[in-house]
Amino acid sequence: MTHQPRLAETTLETATGLDNRKLMMWLFLASEAVFFGSLIATYLLYRGQSLQGPYPEDVFNIPFTSVSSFILLMSSATMALAVGAAQRGQLHQMRTWLLVTPLLGISFLAGQAFEFTEFYRQGLTLSSNLFGTTFYVLTGFHGAHVSVGVLILLSLWAAAMLGKIGRHNAINVEIAGLYWHFVDIVWIVIFTLVYLLEPL
Amino acid sequence: MATVSQPVSVLEALRRVRQEAATYRGIWSWIATVDHKRIGILYGVTAFIFLLAGGIEALLIRLQLATPNGDVVSPEVYNQLFTMHGTTMIFLVVMPMASAFFNLLVPLQIGARDVAFPRLNAFSYWTFLMGGLLLHASVLAGGAPNGGWFGYAPLTEFPYNPGHGIDFWAMGLQILGISSMASAFNFIVTILNMRAPGMSLFRMPVFTWMTLATAFLIILAMPAIAVALFQLEFDRLFGANFFNPVKGGTPLLWQHLFWIFGHPEVYILILPVMGIISEVLPTFSQKPLFGYPFVVFSGIAIAFMSFGVWAHHMYTTGLGPIANAAFGVSTILIAVPTGVKIFNWLATLWGGNISLRAPLLFAVGFIAMFVIGGLTGVTHSMVPSDYQQQDSYYVVAHFHQVLFGGAIFGIFAGIYYWFPKFTGRLLNEKLAQLHFWLMLVGFNLTFQPMMILGLMGMPRRIYTYPQGMGWDEWNMLATIGSFVIALSILVFMANVVVSLRRGEEAGADPWDGRTLEWSIPSPPPPYNFRRIPVVRARDDFWHRKYVEGPGGRPVPVVAGGAYEKHGHQEDEEHIHLPSPSYFPLICSLGLPIFALGFIFKDYALVAAGAVVILYGIYGWALEPATEG
Repeated sequence: MTHQPRLAETTLETATGLDNRKLMMWLFLASEAVFFGSLIATYLLYRGQSLQGPYPEDVFNIPFTSVSSFILLMSSATMALAVGAAQRGQLHQMRTWLLVTPLLGISFLAGQAFEFTEFYRQGLTLSSNLFGTTFYVLTGFHGAHVSVGVLILLSLWAAAMLGKIGRHNAINVEIAGLYWHFVDIVWIVIFTLVYLLEPL
Repeated sequence: MATVSQPVSVLEALRRVRQEAATYRGIWSWIATVDHKRIGILYGVTAFIFLLAGGIEALLIRLQLATPNGDVVSPEVYNQLFTMHGTTMIFLVVMPMASAFFNLLVPLQIGARDVAFPRLNAFSYWTFLMGGLLLHASVLAGGAPNGGWFGYAPLTEFPYNPGHGIDFWAMGLQILGISSMASAFNFIVTILNMRAPGMSLFRMPVFTWMTLATAFLIILAMPAIAVALFQLEFDRLFGANFFNPVKGGTPLLWQHLFWIFGHPEVYILILPVMGIISEVLPTFSQKPLFGYPFVVFSGIAIAFMSFGVWAHHMYTTGLGPIANAAFGVSTILIAVPTGVKIFNWLATLWGGNISLRAPLLFAVGFIAMFVIGGLTGVTHSMVPSDYQQQDSYYVVAHFHQVLFGGAIFGIFAGIYYWFPKFTGRLLNEKLAQLHFWLMLVGFNLTFQPMMILGLMGMPRRIYTYPQGMGWDEWNMLATIGSFVIALSILVFMANVVVSLRRGEEAGADPWDGRTLEWSIPSPPPPYNFRRIPVVRARDDFWHRKYVEGPGGRPVPVVAGGAYEKHGHQEDEEHIHLPSPSYFPLICSLGLPIFALGFIFKDYALVAAGAVVILYGIYGWALEPATEG
């Protein structure tokens, strides 16, 4: 019996040539698109339908949210740097970017926490009107996704610090990156539809 | 020293558990199993137990409606009965039965040793079990859900339905959704990535194809109901306004989200069964499936179109003539690929060397009953006709014709067909025939009277009716029919018990099968294939056994059909199998705890559930196993 090369036992042996876990992440993101699609559709259905205030224009602080959106988008850039460094085997850089990315994510979440508190102080609660209901649930679910991403990235960073992530399993970083970029893209859609197009 | 020795003995116990799990013996080997065949059996047995529960609920409903002014159950209990019957049969019987077949068959049919993510597969099963148990636990917390399987808001909103039943329903369905999604991701990756050399997509058995189509439906349809259920629970638990008319919320939002999931769901239930039928018919006609590409593509077409027909459940909600007409047309169109399948199945039988064994009987029963179900469905697609039928017993008769006459008949075809593969013994044929005829007669006696009742104007979801409506005899007939069905199920159970002990030895290939699962011993060894097969044709195993003779008749190959024998000990030791794991079970256990915390607003319980889930996830990720 001849021994097959080591690589053939892992990723290259699949019928499509795609890594199993990577394929699954793409499928998961497809279902996530329907999930956020349904939430966004609900927001749009009820847009402008609130029977009483506070209305969006009363509470939105576009410059503030623009800054936190910019922070989240920058985290996609650092995520890409982490993936690249992992694939090239530049462990030191990889560790740096694997820490910077979730820290940027945490900054975004802090901005969201501030925003929610501020809106709440101005009288907007989950039950005050349709805007409060749809806004908090939509952006809240997005925030929950960012939190999960932060947890994944910090776990990866911890594993990297223990020397368990390198070029041979850079796919772990790449898959986490797919998730992270997706969550950022969802925010671009939410920020555009909910905040920027509000005056329309 | 007791405090010190305690953790040591726990570790020791865990070590023994792991050892036992690895030996394929004892209860722990089932609890920690990641073997797709064992998970399939767990799915099948659990779903059958839920079938008995749902069946008893149906019998109680029929007893209550047998005579006018019935008083077997109170109206409150009646509402709980039909809600639990529908929810159970859809989410806890037909879907997991399909999962049982996915698990048992897909890896064997594509020539793989297991699924892509064996531990995720175990997680799917345990999560399904937890979801089912949570749903039924509602009985202990003041009453089962009572809002119908469709849970229309605002009827299910807190002011109108303040009990905990609806919360258990929503959380239970959410957990069942996680289970279905995990399983669907797993099977898509398995089918796309784990095929044996030479098993191109268009050489795959049709059952595998239909599994693939169903899995895509699941991952794209379930998120819609997940959102609807989240919205409902935000309304009920935290005072949000999604379906609150006082603050401008609309009940139509629930209906849209529910049916965007709900109509694909109908095909999630029926496509796997269409796959089973497409395997049974060729085997018992000794002919290849007629029009294989048409059967495959019509299945894909059904899956696509099923996302564009949901509003035919909502004609009477006032969407307006244009929306109604559009959805009417798309609904009529989806009958076309379904019809394509029916004609291909009939053509498969045509001119075949038919052996009328139990699997074929049930398959033909499926075709006949499903055609009636499909045709009554076409009558619903016509908007004016549907206005008359909406919420009448005609609708009840129609969907039972599809889901019982279709799905359940097809599932039994599959059980009779593959039972010998996984137990090594054939089911008794005489009892099987008795089961079939009793079920066919009982089924028609139950549901054809409902068609007439519906056309006579009897509404759905009423717990009783007055005398003198002309409904008495038909209702009594339907009740008698339901007990004939129950009798047929008892015959089936007796058959299983008898055949497991004294059934005829099946051998590897009792039906002269065509697909790869028949090329390995029955029951299959843990590693499935001693050598991964190399596939050269569609129906590869058949072509290993037969060549085409004069007139297209099959001629056996001399020394063909070399079945795989159990290998030598040292041969088997080289085959790497995924290690057993109990982390999937731990993750699943956390979910109902988490959900119960929200239902009772006990945030300590929420935190406890979250800790259990996280412990399970990190244990899973850090476990020194080689595969997902």
